[in-house]
Amino acid sequence: MLYREVGEFKTSYAQDSHTFPIKFDRYRYYFVIIVGLLFIPFIINDYWANAVFLPFLIYAIAALGLNILTGYCGQVSLGTGGFMAVGAYASYKFMTAFPDLNIFFVIILSGFVTAFVGTLFGLPSLRIKGFYLAVATLAAQFFLIWLFNKVGWFYNYSATGMITAPSRSVGSFFITGSESTPAAKYLFCFLFVFLLAWIARNLTRGKIGRSWMAIRDMDIAAEIIGVNPLIAKLSAFAISSFYVGVAGALFFSVYLGAVEPTEAFSIQKSFIVLFMVIIGGLGSIFGSFAGAAFMVLLPVALKNLLVLQFGWSVDIAAHFEFIIIGGLIIFFLIVEPHGLAQLWNLLKQKLRIWPFPY
Amino acid sequence: MSAEFLYTIEVILNGLMAGVLYSLVALGFVLIFKASGIFNYAQGVMALFAALTLVGLQEGRVPFAHLINAVFGTKVHHFDWTLPAIAAIIFTILVMVLFAILVEKLILKHLVNQEPIILFMATIGLAYFMEGFGDLMWGSDVKTLNVGIPQGGSLWFEDFTIGWAAEGEKFYGMYVDLLDVWAAIIAVSLVLFLTIFSQYTKSGRALRAVADDHQAALSVGISLRVIWVLVWSISGFVALVAGMMWGAKSGVQFSLSLIALKALPVLMLGGFTSIPGAIIGGLIIGAGEKLFEFFMAPIIGGATENWFAYVLALLFLVFRPQGLFGEKIIERV
Repeated sequence: MLYREVGEFKTSYAQDSHTFPIKFDRYRYYFVIIVGLLFIPFIINDYWANAVFLPFLIYAIAALGLNILTGYCGQVSLGTGGFMAVGAYASYKFMTAFPDLNIFFVIILSGFVTAFVGTLFGLPSLRIKGFYLAVATLAAQFFLIWLFNKVGWFYNYSATGMITAPSRSVGSFFITGSESTPAAKYLFCFLFVFLLAWIARNLTRGKIGRSWMAIRDMDIAAEIIGVNPLIAKLSAFAISSFYVGVAGALFFSVYLGAVEPTEAFSIQKSFIVLFMVIIGGLGSIFGSFAGAAFMVLLPVALKNLLVLQFGWSVDIAAHFEFIIIGGLIIFFLIVEPHGLAQLWNLLKQKLRIWPFPY
Repeated sequence: MSAEFLYTIEVILNGLMAGVLYSLVALGFVLIFKASGIFNYAQGVMALFAALTLVGLQEGRVPFAHLINAVFGTKVHHFDWTLPAIAAIIFTILVMVLFAILVEKLILKHLVNQEPIILFMATIGLAYFMEGFGDLMWGSDVKTLNVGIPQGGSLWFEDFTIGWAAEGEKFYGMYVDLLDVWAAIIAVSLVLFLTIFSQYTKSGRALRAVADDHQAALSVGISLRVIWVLVWSISGFVALVAGMMWGAKSGVQFSLSLIALKALPVLMLGGFTSIPGAIIGGLIIGAGEKLFEFFMAPIIGGATENWFAYVLALLFLVFRPQGLFGEKIIERV
């Protein structure tokens, strides 16, 4: 009733290859874009930007990246935090070394640097599989964080070992630094999310995405039908790392402004992004967004509920947060191992035949 | 012998001792992985939880004191009794068995036949849950654990080795922590106990059957669920031993759960399915990282222990993807 394909006829190839072939989906997508672009920037304030929108958008990029690697290509990675750190430090070095370079290109270049590092750490994936690979990516996590702590060149020998984003602007709008406005930051991140999600969506349904999925489903069989595992795996690592690097660069320069690697890009980050991907749904673009929204909103909601409503002390609320997040993860895995995206699909199925289910 | 050489030996010795502790955590991983194919990320948190419970019981702390105080406005913190170490250990073992039963009932039962990655994620969820639960139950302050294991350097060993150095060299004997020695002794007896258990008892044989082939084991009438409870209980026990050793060494606190991460390269090196592999892997990693730190720290900067184990395991795996003693990976299409 509410959601149906009936009466949708495709009369050209262009229509056939629409990203959203069903009208309802397409209008929903336009609606989200319009609200995101024309409505939210005018009502956004510091609290909403910092607590909800910026982390959501940035984590969504990271989750997209990890979903490409883990969800589409089947290579589990626990090095996301380390690769985010690469993106962050690359953007810092670009910003300080080339002050005239536009921040947009700084972020893109940081993505490329991270892609290179990611490919390097992806090389063992040709030999190592499954959990062994997951643990091997921890090497990337710990080594990179150690490197950024020890080698002064990366943080320009600052006394604190922290990196601080200088003020940079697009046109007359400041994106980073203290003069930036929440709306400008939000729109800047929104632009990246829009572009990267669009690219990811089209990559994953094209030739390269199909070769990833073939590798994920069974790598030996994929090799036999002519998928080159070297190219497929390394491209997945490279593109995934590009996304994660962009997320790290935005996380540092736009969201936090100043970071210290051990805290900001710890192993916890890797796990949070992995949770997003799994809770959202492996191998689903929508799932990356749903997972990011879930993992960003849950702590905020819990904190509001427990600390502000019940008046509990912060440490008890923090313990409860762990318990509830852990419990919910287990609950979700038991109820629907394929994540929120699958729940959404089931809901669509229900809507399709509503109100006559038989 | 020159002092340089003796220092190297000292470093290796201490590395081996630290490696034993890594092995203890890795052992718990291997047991569960063999019996159920689950990569149990919660092993480290189990060690933390066991140690917390042990301290809490021993000192007679009131569980959930924080929460009770917050909700009812009371001020409870300790019961007016303390338990001897041995009684506290026995009660903690009971708690870990209860934990194993609950895990099986509430989680594993519902996730049978899921992909390994899903089970892995479930154990990460479990780890988060346990972390919050343990802190809520016993408070998040750093606790000292004292179950009567001697600590501190061994004077006897220092005196014994002081004469080894050549005349005129500055050498004051080797430093060996008594706690580490005890940990090594306990670890060895634990492995002996596990080996005897799995070789000569009925349950042990069932355990090996399940590890070998789930379906074949089911078809000869072995209850998978009983075995899972059993193996999680044993892992809980191993976690308790590991938690006791680490807790006595560096206090019972959150960082204890991070030793689980250190056990991962040990597993990779030794192979996920091999008990001797876990022991030998632990020794190699322990000695290796201490030696690397000893020789390389002056050149490339300290704190290499954070990553050396992972990189070593990574390089090693490129040449032998199943680890030292892991079963050969055979893939069928």
